[in-house]
Amino acid sequence: MVERDVTVKNRAGIHARPAALIVQTAGKFDSQILFSKDGEEINAKSIMGIITLGAGHNSVISIRAEGSDEQEAVDALSSLFDKRFEEE
Amino acid sequence: MKHFTVLDLLDLDLKEHDALDLQCIGGRPGLTREIRVPDINRPGLALTGFFDSFGDDRIQLFGRGETAFLHKLEQSGETAALQEYFGHQMPCVLFTHNLDPTARFFEMAEAAQCPVLKTHLPSSELSSRLIRALSNVFASVETIHGVLAEVFGIGVLILGDSGVGKSETALELVERGHRLVADDAVEVRCIAGNILLGQGANKALGHHMEIRGLGIINITHLFGVGAIRESKQIQLVVGLEYWDSNKEYDRIGAEERHKDILGVKVPALEIPVKPGRNIPIIIETAARNERLKKMGYYSAREFNQSVLKWLESENARSAYFHTKHEG
Repeated sequence: MVERDVTVKNRAGIHARPAALIVQTAGKFDSQILFSKDGEEINAKSIMGIITLGAGHNSVISIRAEGSDEQEAVDALSSLFDKRFEEE
Repeated sequence: MKHFTVLDLLDLDLKEHDALDLQCIGGRPGLTREIRVPDINRPGLALTGFFDSFGDDRIQLFGRGETAFLHKLEQSGETAALQEYFGHQMPCVLFTHNLDPTARFFEMAEAAQCPVLKTHLPSSELSSRLIRALSNVFASVETIHGVLAEVFGIGVLILGDSGVGKSETALELVERGHRLVADDAVEVRCIAGNILLGQGANKALGHHMEIRGLGIINITHLFGVGAIRESKQIQLVVGLEYWDSNKEYDRIGAEERHKDILGVKVPALEIPVKPGRNIPIIIETAARNERLKKMGYYSAREFNQSVLKWLESENARSAYFHTKHEG
């Protein structure tokens, strides 16, 4: 299992477009990927789930992946956060 | 769990027979005080100066009796017990029957930054509503990846991996006149130890759904207010999974299978998905069957009973013919 904390750096937070980007990226991996914030845990392959988290600017999300490609999955997802979802 | 403060209590959106109708009349800086236990304390003994086993972590409820006693204290000018009372960090004091605190009590509450709340409800009614509201807040909660729909009055939680068709199934259920409670993230609460109540994990976002190829759609706008529901008890769990030809699926349904959610056992079914199988109709039938079971009628068992009875009579008949033939 691989776990990493990431910060939402783009101003608008995770709205529909970043959420779609996350789901697309997560969907490429076989591992089970979960996002958690404030004790709430959701499946990273579900777009409504991610939007439901309500992750605004500067909020911290912990990414957890478990499976054959867990490391690659966490790397790919955290690089999305680092690139501010290609916004701004 | 997140901290639950007095302000959160005032913000609770409760309606009709659940409404608390609270208003804050003083001690506002203390609204950030945390409520840690789902209990209420009537402070009668504490007001007389007896503080052994004083429940200072609870909401303090002042009814007619307590308020009358405050008036008596006001007249006699005694303040020692009240001083000690406000020395405790109580979450808040709450007056029922629209009663007002006495002037000195109010001043002391303000000085101690202890929130003073007021409601028009009588004490007993408020107590039961407050305990109900607080036990909901303090109930164990789990967010589950799935879809919750109400089918023929039965709360059906549809589970399964991403892409197996949970949302599409729910969409067809809605189209067939059933109701959507939550898509994708279902917040499940265990109430009173044996009831699982499910609702959308984020109320602010309303009833939306993601359908591959369509994107995000608004169920309320597309199907009307009759197609949605805010919360519903989970009475049946349906797990969708891709058809695995090596796996044995239930063919008779005489045994009850259960899924454990937050320590509560809910009847559960496993339904294999493959092209040509109409899952919404299977779920509808499962819900009808569940209603029958609740009425004490088990289709699979009754069927087996008939089979046994028929075999028995058939045996008896053949035995009869057999002996007659010999005779």
